[in-house]
Amino acid sequence: MEIPYTVEARPDTGLNNVKLGIWLFLASEVMLFGGLFSSYVLLRVGAVEWPQGAEFLNIPIGTVNTIILIASSVTMVMAYASLKLGDFAKYKTYMLATVLLPVLFLCIKGYEYWEKVSHDHLPSHSTFLAIYWTMTALHGIHIIGGIVVNGYFWGPGSKMWHIKREMFENRVEAAGLYWHFVDLVWIFLFPVLYLL
Amino acid sequence: MDNVTTAEGIAHAEHAGHDEHELSFLQAYVFSQDHKVIGIQYAITALLFLLFGFTLMMLMRWNLAFPGRPIPVIGNFLGMANAPGGIMLPEFYNQLGAMHGTIMVFLGVVPLAVGGFGNYVLPLQIGAPDMAFPRLNMASYWSFFLGGIVMIASFFVPGGAANSGWTSYAPLSVIATDGQTWWLIGMIFLITSSLLGSVNFIVTTLQLRAPGMSFMRLPFFVWAQLVTSFLLLLAFPPLEAAGVLQLMDRVADTSFFMPSGLVTGDGPLEISGGGSPLLWQHLFWFLAHPEVYVLILPALGIVGEIVANNTRKPLWGYRVLVASVIFLGFMSFIVWAHHMFLTGMGTTISTFFQTTTMIISIPSVVILSAMFLSLYGGSIRYTVPMLFALAFLPMFGIGGLTGLPLGLTAPDIHLHDTYYVIGHFHYVVAPGTIFALFGGIYYWFPKATGRLMNDMLGRIHFWGSIIAINCVFMPMFVTGLAGMNRRLYDGGMQYAHLQGVLEWNQFMSYGAWALGFFQIFFIFNFFWSIRHGKKVDDNPWQSTTLEWQAPSPPPHGNFTTPPEVHRGPYEYSVPGASSDFSMQGQAPGAEPAKV
Ligand code: HEM
Ligand SMILES: [Cu+2]
Repeated sequence: MEIPYTVEARPDTGLNNVKLGIWLFLASEVMLFGGLFSSYVLLRVGAVEWPQGAEFLNIPIGTVNTIILIASSVTMVMAYASLKLGDFAKYKTYMLATVLLPVLFLCIKGYEYWEKVSHDHLPSHSTFLAIYWTMTALHGIHIIGGIVVNGYFWGPGSKMWHIKREMFENRVEAAGLYWHFVDLVWIFLFPVLYLL
Repeated sequence: MDNVTTAEGIAHAEHAGHDEHELSFLQAYVFSQDHKVIGIQYAITALLFLLFGFTLMMLMRWNLAFPGRPIPVIGNFLGMANAPGGIMLPEFYNQLGAMHGTIMVFLGVVPLAVGGFGNYVLPLQIGAPDMAFPRLNMASYWSFFLGGIVMIASFFVPGGAANSGWTSYAPLSVIATDGQTWWLIGMIFLITSSLLGSVNFIVTTLQLRAPGMSFMRLPFFVWAQLVTSFLLLLAFPPLEAAGVLQLMDRVADTSFFMPSGLVTGDGPLEISGGGSPLLWQHLFWFLAHPEVYVLILPALGIVGEIVANNTRKPLWGYRVLVASVIFLGFMSFIVWAHHMFLTGMGTTISTFFQTTTMIISIPSVVILSAMFLSLYGGSIRYTVPMLFALAFLPMFGIGGLTGLPLGLTAPDIHLHDTYYVIGHFHYVVAPGTIFALFGGIYYWFPKATGRLMNDMLGRIHFWGSIIAINCVFMPMFVTGLAGMNRRLYDGGMQYAHLQGVLEWNQFMSYGAWALGFFQIFFIFNFFWSIRHGKKVDDNPWQSTTLEWQAPSPPPHGNFTTPPEVHRGPYEYSVPGASSDFSMQGQAPGAEPAKV
């Protein structure tokens, strides 16, 4: 028996299963990062001293990374829009950019990490660095997850466009929602860790 | 109408046959994506964990009753590191305690109530062919399974399993043996599992309701599961965050939960310090208070179904029940710090949480009252499921009412961390939730197997258990009020003020072992009835909800004809109707479905 509303929206809820599912998943992700940000606030408020982000972190590098992620969000939107317009070739191009930009982000992040390690600025150094490492690493894992998913929809997964077009569009849309969320987390992380 | 359904029916039959042809044994029974198979997998795994967790407790009860005496027979098998000469070491007692709590809550009750009953019953009750995301459903089960394996395996690492309590309070848990790291990794698997499960339940409930199944026609069980899923979805992630932070504290030497200036037996700790042990407690209880409602809500749902069915009356105040459950769900996110009154977090915060705790008890009392009122004037059938449901009501009542003094800051100074607290929450979870789950098993067993469980064995199981379980938990209020602390390896033998109540320790232990004995009747009955139980038709309890309209056991895809819903969930004894139950799928004026 077929499961209903996998593709088309259910009239009374106005959503299909995938979309509702991804929103719920994102709600739980909000709680995950919400828990971490709350911990940050509590730890900082209770701390005797707390360094300025700039004492340890490189603001120009962080800014470049922020721009890269925002750019990848834009290409994600373009990719989805191209799909909706039926332009598959353009979709492929934009999606490739959406996959490669965060790879660049990770390379830069890796350089930052390497710099920290070489100055012995490890998580055990101080609570500030502990929360920096933990939150950026967890965010990094989310980035990797996004690269895998988007890479799949760019590569092998994109075959579905020729068979079940609407379903494919829905999936790309869901991947896009996730991707915007991951970017959004960074947009909070960057000022909180680097600037404040 | 008839033509359409038959044509479709044939199409489905063909489709089903086609499917079965393609499925290998592994696909059909091990890596199945059918919600019914997954539900049964969940239920059986969870029952095994419940038995295991209970066994740990029966061992602990030996040492509480007879501190320092070798455990007969079993003591020889526990290993030199745990029980040299059969005498349990305090370190081992702590492992058993921590793992008992963890296993019962995270591997036993929740997977049985949500993973088992939710998976099996919910799609049937809303008239869905399956869960919305069958593959995620399978992933959820296997993630749970892996988490369980990690937890059990942790007993065999050096230093044994986690031993800082199921609450894993820092800084103790941070400096504890390796078992704690395994505990954290196990929890991450379990949290992932519950995340996948809860997304699936919510989407299924909102999206896959059969035509005509409006929200106010959902059985109460479905409402309870829906709210439960929201609690799991939103409360678990902060614990995941906390788990990651604690993992960092343990493996990367950070100090999230470690204050400055800590000294252990090996001298001062070499850490950066400046962390907050209270932060762990906040994050933990932000999950764990909603978690207690995760433990109780599915039980309330099951009891609702059984009560309506066996009183042959609609549930009293269905709308009030639904509203209360939703309100309870919201409130359960803002009461967590009532577990922390004695941490010195400040009187203003305590007063806030005392107030919210008093408010949350209102919907709890409303639900319980509605259930009791449902009994009034009914011609009650004392079936085995009904016995369990009837016992649930006062037991949950005792558990809930004893929670009130705990929620008030002043009496909690005396009661906190005593056996009174243990008594309180066990009344809610054991003779409460677990009894409801037993009731649910007896009730839905014929749906899953086409056979009834044996009635006589069921009654022995019930009466033995209800008496024994009260012998275990009632005296805890006495010893707790006398000041007996929880988590004492020797049951408080060394304290002068406890000498008068120590004898209860033995009494409670005999109660626990008797309780264990009466479970044998259940285990035997369960397996025996699968093959030899009395064969029954699709609706042996003459029930109204949709699951009883499907064949027993339901085929892949659940219903032979796609169900349509014409009425509310509990139309029992409708005046003028031809029988005392009108099924939800029965069109107005039509004769009751011949089954
Ligand atoms: C309905 C009203 C309830 C109230 C007012 C209430 C209140 C409380 C309070 C204040 C505590 C903390 C006591 C202390 O540590 O000093 C507590 C502990 C606990 N309650 Fe409840 N409770 C209620 C219902 C429930 C329910 C329905 C459950 C579970 C199904 C439950 C499970 C627990 C557990 C597991 C603990 C102990 C946790 C631990 O410290 O290990 N409670 N309750
Ligand atoms: Cu609580």
